Amino acid sequence: MDTTTHEAELTELRETFGFLDDWEERYAYIIDLGKGLPPMDEALKTEATKVRGCTSQVWMIGREHADDLGRARLEIVADSDAHIVRGLIRILLMLYSGRTKAEIREVDAEAFLSGLGLDRHLSPSRRNGLFAMVERIRALAAA
Amino acid sequence: MTILHGSAATLPDERFDVEAVRKDFPILSTLVHGKPLVFLDSAASAQKPAAVLETMDTMYRTAYANVHRGVYTLSDLATARYEAARETVRRFLGAGDVSEIVFTSGGTDALNLVARCWAQAFLKPGDEILVCESEHHSNIVPWQLAAAATGAVVRPIPVTDEGAFDFDAFAAMLGPKVKLVAVAHMSNVLGTIFPIREIAAAAHAAGALIVVDGCQGAVHQPVDVKALGVDFYAVTGHKIYGPTGIGALYGRRELLETMPPYKGGGDMIETVSFERSTWAEPPARFEAGTPMIVEAVGLAAAIDYVESLGVERIHAHETDVLDHATRLLTRIPGLRIIGTAPGKGGVISFTVEGAHPSDIATLLDQRGVAVRAGHHCAQPLMVRMGVSATTRASFAMYSTRAEAEALASGVERAMALLR
Repeated sequence: MDTTTHEAELTELRETFGFLDDWEERYAYIIDLGKGLPPMDEALKTEATKVRGCTSQVWMIGREHADDLGRARLEIVADSDAHIVRGLIRILLMLYSGRTKAEIREVDAEAFLSGLGLDRHLSPSRRNGLFAMVERIRALAAA
Repeated sequence: MTILHGSAATLPDERFDVEAVRKDFPILSTLVHGKPLVFLDSAASAQKPAAVLETMDTMYRTAYANVHRGVYTLSDLATARYEAARETVRRFLGAGDVSEIVFTSGGTDALNLVARCWAQAFLKPGDEILVCESEHHSNIVPWQLAAAATGAVVRPIPVTDEGAFDFDAFAAMLGPKVKLVAVAHMSNVLGTIFPIREIAAAAHAAGALIVVDGCQGAVHQPVDVKALGVDFYAVTGHKIYGPTGIGALYGRRELLETMPPYKGGGDMIETVSFERSTWAEPPARFEAGTPMIVEAVGLAAAIDYVESLGVERIHAHETDVLDHATRLLTRIPGLRIIGTAPGKGGVISFTVEGAHPSDIATLLDQRGVAVRAGHHCAQPLMVRMGVSATTRASFAMYSTRAEAEALASGVERAMALLR
């Protein structure tokens, strides 16, 4: 999935969230987003791909591949055992996956989630694995 | 002191007036996401009554100085309050002598003290420490550290499918190599109250000592360490409506006297020279440095508050709320309660098919309902029960039937969103 698609998805996400003023509708929407998360091969869910979490588990891998112009792009595959976290992972993939490392370094996930009122889920104190996932993506982009 | 304790503490009759109790806890009027707080995570840490907050504030304002040091009035006053707090803990736990009460920074610190100063000092290679598999990590890892340092072995005592102590399996494990048995009075996940008196008798008959993690147990039922026949009993302040940073270890006097110091520093010595230092008698031997003075006094205020309401009456009230919650949750399709042994304390852990505990906890939070989700620092127990995590609601003296209903309806609503 290319980044143009992601931009369109992010715009749609922001707009949809604007329409939903009830928290239940917003969480129902996040849960639905999670149901659309591309499946992660069970064989990839190992101790090595697990990111540090406590309340829920998150597995994540980053794969580099070259695009048509020969630029290295980081494709991220991730999954969780919790529905809401899966939905939030889907949003993080829209923000990060398929981008170049330079682009990833420019992404401000906290600001984006803050705009949706979801930034608390990205706080290190949540220990749901999402903060650790973003840390791992940033480390991959810094390498 | 009646002014500090508020209305609930002075109720003359046998009725437990939970609404009056709630008025003594300022934080309970907090709104979360615009909704009244339903605080169901007291097993992690309980909220504090005004009596505790005011006692600590007043001490800092009027009676504070370092203890055991000064020859001046304020230090005498602070020392008297600190030592009076030790007497309160002694009375609360039913210990014989105040020298058997060591103040620690909490339950974890108390258990580590036993691991370091008893287990690590006296265990030999091949000795066995039996640890219940439902234990909190703080009653597992210190024994693993002591075992690694001494060549001793840690062996898990199984629990049954219901989460009860498997006494037959335990009895079969006892033998001459077993030197220590470590078990909680009450499981922080299952709510099971373990038969400590029987476990202690069996351990002693086999020549082993018993150390009890009372962090949950002392909150929900009367404790009498002499009647239970235990050698060590660890408690923490913050779960019993007291401040963080304070706990206590009960240790039998004869044992504490044989044990080397825990940490080195001021106040734990008799004499110090560069050739050789000698140790103070217990409990000072184990309280190096400036202790948690005001926290200890705050803990005593919490115990006074609990005792003024009556531990038995609080227990009966919590059991009523627990039973109500259990009845309501059991009706929810796909919900499994983890820990179904009879006579539980006020903790209810559960899983629901089709949802992760963190999903349920996140959605409950939106309704103002605070519960814990995760492995509750008891990973071996999660494996035993075949789950990766649970949602846990825990009840305290201020919990109500209406809150149990908010929990159950919140879970039902969460499942409607998640399925």
